Amino acid sequence: MKGLIGHLNKSFESRVRLGIMSALAVNDKLDFNSLKDFLEVTDGNLASHIKALEKEDFIRVEKSFIGKKPNTKYFQTAKGKKAFEDHLKALEEMISFQK
Amino acid sequence: MTETIINFAVKSTLYMTKRKDYSKDISEIRSMMERSSKFLALSGWAGIMAGIIALAGSYYAVYIIGFNPGEVSPHLPEGTLYNITVTAFLVFMLALSASVMFSRGRAKRKGEKIWNAASRQLLIQMAVPLVTGGILITISILKGLIGLAAPLSLIFYGLSLFNAGKHTVSEVQYLGFVQILFGLAGVTFIHLGMIFWAGGFGAAHIAYGLYMYIRYER
Repeated sequence: MKGLIGHLNKSFESRVRLGIMSALAVNDKLDFNSLKDFLEVTDGNLASHIKALEKEDFIRVEKSFIGKKPNTKYFQTAKGKKAFEDHLKALEEMISFQK
Repeated sequence: MTETIINFAVKSTLYMTKRKDYSKDISEIRSMMERSSKFLALSGWAGIMAGIIALAGSYYAVYIIGFNPGEVSPHLPEGTLYNITVTAFLVFMLALSASVMFSRGRAKRKGEKIWNAASRQLLIQMAVPLVTGGILITISILKGLIGLAAPLSLIFYGLSLFNAGKHTVSEVQYLGFVQILFGLAGVTFIHLGMIFWAGGFGAAHIAYGLYMYIRYER
């Protein structure tokens, strides 16, 4: 009984954060602009959600350069993967109960 | 027993307050996973057009240029090799432009971008077998193994389609298998190489395109 509410992760309540985690679950790495295109949000909005997920250590940033242009890519950590999977499982449980 | 009742009560409350959110969350997750990893705007029309172009090209090659190698290293009349190379290049460019054009139209209607992380992945996955095949075919031709060019192009194109299946509609993998089979048949029966080529690049593309159009776009 504790399991059900316990596993639904508060960090993933926002649509944007859920979207970031979903996109990074199926892509090894994605840059900021790709995420922005998929999620259809503003720079500032996306940046703040990314920061929140970084703070939890669910995603990390990898910085490199293409020529002189900085290239920032994000990827999911093992901790993030686990948290996202648990969240998915909890969602599925809730839905299967509803039926 | 008490625990079951409490459990039920809690679940029902959650059910009433959050019901919509949960299934909406799941469907958003699913859609984001698909959109960010697969390029789904590949149009059936791209296949149909590519097939028609390939049929026209192979007709031109066989009946106008007279390119129909009967053996692995045939003796070709002066100029034939040049003509067939130009024709093959034109067919490839036309088919590619048609695919991009039709897929761009479909992407626009679906509100997706044609150039995104998913389509980039798709192109990378396809490029490795295609470029490898292209180099191998060029080397074979330079060594006089001209009869292998058509079947080899089928095999490597088939491998590239099979690879592409992870990043677009999975049905392209079946098309890939068919191309590989036609290619292997072409290597086995060199004198039928151009017929198998027309079958793979022409007929199989058209059949695939029609199927995809009827199933998903109509």
